[in-house]
Amino acid sequence: MSVSKEEVKHIAVLSKLQLTDQELEKYTSDLSNIVDFANELSNVDVDGTKPTAHILDIKNVFRKDEVQPSYDREEILKNAPSKDAGCVSVPKVVE
Amino acid sequence: MDLYSLTLTDIAKKIKDKEVSIKEVLDSVYSRIEEVEPKVDAYITLTQSQAYERAEKLQQKLDNNEDIGILGGVPIAIKDNICTKGVKTTCASRMLENYTPIYDATVIKKLEDAGAIVIGKTNMDEFAMGSSTETSYIKKTKNPWDLTRVPGGSSGGSAAVVSSDMAFAALGSDTGGSIRQPASYCSVVGLKPTYGLISRFGLIAFASSLDQIGPFTKTVEDAALMLNVISGHDKMDTTSANLEKVDYLKAIVNDVKGKVIGIPTDFITDGINKDVREAYDKAIDTLKNVGAKIQEIKLEYAKYSLATYYIIATAEASSNLGRYDGIRYGYRAKDFEDLDDLYYKSRTEGFGAEVKRRIMLGTYVLSSGYYDAYYKRAQQVRTLIIENFKEAFKLCDSILIPTAPNTAFKFGEKSENPLEMYLEDIYTVPVNIAGLPAISIPGGFDSENMPIGIQFIANSFEEEKLLNIAYTFEQNTDYYKNKPNI
Repeated sequence: MSVSKEEVKHIAVLSKLQLTDQELEKYTSDLSNIVDFANELSNVDVDGTKPTAHILDIKNVFRKDEVQPSYDREEILKNAPSKDAGCVSVPKVVE
Repeated sequence: MDLYSLTLTDIAKKIKDKEVSIKEVLDSVYSRIEEVEPKVDAYITLTQSQAYERAEKLQQKLDNNEDIGILGGVPIAIKDNICTKGVKTTCASRMLENYTPIYDATVIKKLEDAGAIVIGKTNMDEFAMGSSTETSYIKKTKNPWDLTRVPGGSSGGSAAVVSSDMAFAALGSDTGGSIRQPASYCSVVGLKPTYGLISRFGLIAFASSLDQIGPFTKTVEDAALMLNVISGHDKMDTTSANLEKVDYLKAIVNDVKGKVIGIPTDFITDGINKDVREAYDKAIDTLKNVGAKIQEIKLEYAKYSLATYYIIATAEASSNLGRYDGIRYGYRAKDFEDLDDLYYKSRTEGFGAEVKRRIMLGTYVLSSGYYDAYYKRAQQVRTLIIENFKEAFKLCDSILIPTAPNTAFKFGEKSENPLEMYLEDIYTVPVNIAGLPAISIPGGFDSENMPIGIQFIANSFEEEKLLNIAYTFEQNTDYYKNKPNI
């Protein structure tokens, strides 16, 4: 396996996902297969090749810093799973 | 002939000429949906009440001889990852099952400004991650040509509704082939425009440097019409290109004399279905017969596209999907101990297996120790692939390749082995990596009468050339006239 169970456990933590033992087995095998496949890129000579992050040749696009009307608070809150007093409600953050 | 079976161009004209009322058109499509949808399962949400309300307003305007736009009164379906104000937009995920956007995507505004009527939202792979629409949390969409097979994906619902006459056109999104591959499987036209030609504002992000919205239609002319409506700069999408407006319908000319079609012989090799190969060879002959020149080209690095794609796309996805934390919108787990537990449980319960696989793969290739070996290297190979295409387009006007190596497969056939599923995208991903425009159009049928698509690719922002060549091919073949028996 090119990706170990320990690594998958670590990635799951970084991704904020919980895995059952069965899922851990399955994802370790799946990710290993995919990573093995992706390893074919190590055959490519990329020395001196610039990486492409974005296809278009555009730099930062700025707009004027002007106040504009935004969405209505009540409208936005309609999609919040929990709300209270015009705010999104979350569990206690600071003990 | 039933109204629902007409093309987008024809129905728009009939409405404008007052041969039919908009209500009659809606009645025809919704009764077709009532008849066929129970078998195909392509829609997640239907929007009858809004649609009829809108139809009435548009009809009044038309009766007063006001202009109702070039798509005035025409029913159109939308993939469920494109935001529609006041209408649920689920991404076919438990995470967004109850999400109702408070704004319209720019493409929706443009469609409605042109008079179109949104009739429903279509099924898809969860967060557009898949090639069969099987990863949808909501339902399984069937291929109208054979209900035991998948419609392709991720825009499987949009392809299926156009194929089975449940909409005159539909919007989809294409990150690695999600418009073209299902178009191929369902025998419709699927256009993936140049990255930047269409605003992505309101498209729920999967991989931002690859995602692009595009139309599903019954004909190439209809695709040009749709492109006229949805293309254009948008200040809400900083990656949208600011170019002069083009009338794509002017490219709808049945003539390719002297045009050079590139054939990448080094890319189309093993692993391609025999019938698809035959259809491809026949397509080359068809083009020769109408006066196109055939030119062999090389795409040396194209074979690395799939590995490159699955690194870049998952890396971007892992970042984009970080926003789903169960706080401001989307699914929130019912039982949790503290804030961290809320994040874990909401994401674990809200995402399906394929989405989790891709989030983890993306996290892996971005994690320290692997970044250079995978992510950075993939970005470098991306550059090489782009350069390949640049060289190729010095020799030809358009590249011809199959859309997919196979025709539509049976449910469950590839869903156990993710890698096998990914291989269905081998001919579509290079286009996204290089940001190019490409179109899949009906190009034949296999021995079991399943559709085969063929794909034309053009250089950036050369949609006119692409549409001209695709239209000429279409008009000199009969494949597009065949409809599924459903």
